[in-house]
Amino acid sequence: MTVEAQKLAATGAVGVGMAAMLKDAFVAALLTFGLCFPVVLLHAESDNDGNLYLIPRPILVAVLCGLAFVGRFGLSLYQARPKVERRRVVAAPKSAVWLWLVRYASAIGLALLFIFPFAAYWMLGSAGSLKWINNYGIQILIYVMLGWGLNIVVGLAGLLDLGYVAFYAVGAYSYALLSTTFGLSFWICLPLAGILASFWGIILGFPVLRLRGDYLAIVTLAFGEIIRMILVNWVPVTGGYAGIASIPKITFFGIPFVDEDGGFAQVVLHTEYKPIHRMIFLYLLILTLALLTNFVTMRLRRLPIGRAWEALREDEIACRSLGINTRNTKLTAFALGALFGGFAGSFFAVRQGFVSPESFTFIESATILAIVVLGGMGSQIGVALAAIVMIGGTEILREMEWTKRIFGPDFDPAQYRMLIFGIGMVIMMVVRPRGIIATRMPSIFLKERKAVSADLVKEGHG
Amino acid sequence: MRWQTNPLLTVEHLTMRFGGLVAVNDLSFQAGRGDITALIGPNGAGKTTVFNCVTGFYKPTEGRLALAREGVADQAEVEALTRTPKRRAKSATCDLYLLERMPGHEIAWHARVARTFQNIRLFQGMTVLENLLVAHHNTLMMASGFTVLGVLGAPSYRAREKEAIERSKYWLDKIGLIDRADDPAGELPYGAQRRLEIARAMCTDPILLCLDEPAAGLNPRESADLNALLNSIRDAHATSILLIEHDMSVVMQISDHIIVLDYGTKIADGTPKEVRDDPKVIAAYLGVADEEVEKAEAEIGA
Repeated sequence: MTVEAQKLAATGAVGVGMAAMLKDAFVAALLTFGLCFPVVLLHAESDNDGNLYLIPRPILVAVLCGLAFVGRFGLSLYQARPKVERRRVVAAPKSAVWLWLVRYASAIGLALLFIFPFAAYWMLGSAGSLKWINNYGIQILIYVMLGWGLNIVVGLAGLLDLGYVAFYAVGAYSYALLSTTFGLSFWICLPLAGILASFWGIILGFPVLRLRGDYLAIVTLAFGEIIRMILVNWVPVTGGYAGIASIPKITFFGIPFVDEDGGFAQVVLHTEYKPIHRMIFLYLLILTLALLTNFVTMRLRRLPIGRAWEALREDEIACRSLGINTRNTKLTAFALGALFGGFAGSFFAVRQGFVSPESFTFIESATILAIVVLGGMGSQIGVALAAIVMIGGTEILREMEWTKRIFGPDFDPAQYRMLIFGIGMVIMMVVRPRGIIATRMPSIFLKERKAVSADLVKEGHG
Repeated sequence: MRWQTNPLLTVEHLTMRFGGLVAVNDLSFQAGRGDITALIGPNGAGKTTVFNCVTGFYKPTEGRLALAREGVADQAEVEALTRTPKRRAKSATCDLYLLERMPGHEIAWHARVARTFQNIRLFQGMTVLENLLVAHHNTLMMASGFTVLGVLGAPSYRAREKEAIERSKYWLDKIGLIDRADDPAGELPYGAQRRLEIARAMCTDPILLCLDEPAAGLNPRESADLNALLNSIRDAHATSILLIEHDMSVVMQISDHIIVLDYGTKIADGTPKEVRDDPKVIAAYLGVADEEVEKAEAEIGA
């Protein structure tokens, strides 16, 4: 076939495709109309006398249908784009500075993370930096840690766990109960909370050993709910919905952060007391805990247990034929994932000073799982990036005051979080179905470490 | 015959039923130490079921599978062990295991029976080298102090890991994949994947290697290479081989002992020459002439 003929054939195919795409987009718009018809079109409003009025909103429906049409059409166009062979770019000689940056990237990143609270404090002052350290720094790091913990179970061992928040809850309540009942300090409770959570991890692990896929997901989901229902209903111990309040605050290894003699500011810093001291300490604590999670996971990946987890994700039957005890291997994955969840939970309790079952609903499990899946299963950096996007994104939405100028004073962008999140998920599924970092790095190599393409890596049985 | 004087595996009255279906019916045979024993038969004869029973993937409905890891097991010892609830008996003359009492991973780890699969089961997303290192799982797990020493980075673990890598390199060299050690196993061509699966099984240091159709899908040259590889495994590594195979050029050339199954029962057992000339085997493989069927029907009065 000549070049011209090929071109002709290609345009012909596009013409046929275009009609199908338009039809597809029209169907999407029709579906949107069907969905919008009663819910959006008729808006019920009551006046002061209690009379109910139905206000039709045809323009809004038209806009939504139009958006669906354009969105679906754009998506089809994107998917049908001509595949251009990506040429292998001949690596240009990089400058010395760039090479140095790449080489020490992780060290520089770590240093920046440790400097961050001090820099924020120095630049924005005590009141201004609180938001950055607490809402962004600590909040994101908690989810990074939870994501890394769940990554052991879902990303490495390939066991879909929809009830991870249960271990977070066990950790939080362990600290809350141990400290309020027995007066134990945080530093004793932290390992205890981890051990208790991993104990529950094993308890969950046993019944689900033989389950796979959807069945495993449902049982873990139920387990998360069971733990929450116990917290709600065992009122004498957990306080039910009221939760546990006035949990002891964090201390600097025994020295409290208070505005008194013997407080941290006076004893250690010799300055006057500021609440930000405690925040900075909490930030450094969760950063250390998260880095510990990362360090242990990275180490485990290179050990036989980590390779066995990944092998289990790839093929369980082959594992058995090689003498790997799949029961113990799965249980260690559950226990270690839960351990880090428990650590994060007890940190959550000491930071909030208050725990209640409201904090441990299914949506939390879903968020953590979304972070792992979005990040790229098994990839540590990807999970961290996804946590920044998901949690940081939510925080940014709360701050978008300028949207009120466009949509009116009643507009609250944070209410659209789930909508934006859903759209984001759809876009990710189209563009990068295996997550932000979709390649697997081998744990060992002879000559050269080559990334394994995600097409070959299995996602596990569930 | 070696399988009678020095049997490694003694299968007695093995029966496997799935509901009403009898896949294996009262099968008894012996596999000799240092032999390549072939299990052949038409499709659906129950060969893979026998394999799954030997390697612990199925628990047999009836029967005894005695494996003498070392030494020669005499019948009295096997009987004595059977009467106890134990799985293993170690005496001065032999180290005996009853496989039907053990779960699959323990058969691989303690009784040292390794296997490959009819449809290749490699860890496709892991590199060739990683595949072989997973096979060293149990020894490395011990060396890493059940992970604790490993996390701390103990030098004793590093030394053992280096040994495992050396052993893996030896096998990679032997199957000609040393240059592809860092490539994902799923990217290898079919024949190389088959060889890698055998190498991975050999890295568990087995006493008995069970191969489920190792030559399936190989071209004649690859088949010849496979024959050489299997012969060297038997001769240089003190590993006996039990194999299922349809490719008669492989079976007849390398086997010391052939067992023929048909509809779950044994119809022949002997050296390749004896089996080839056995009329029942020929009938099972080629079918029977029409007049013989008529004769049989006349006899039973149909």
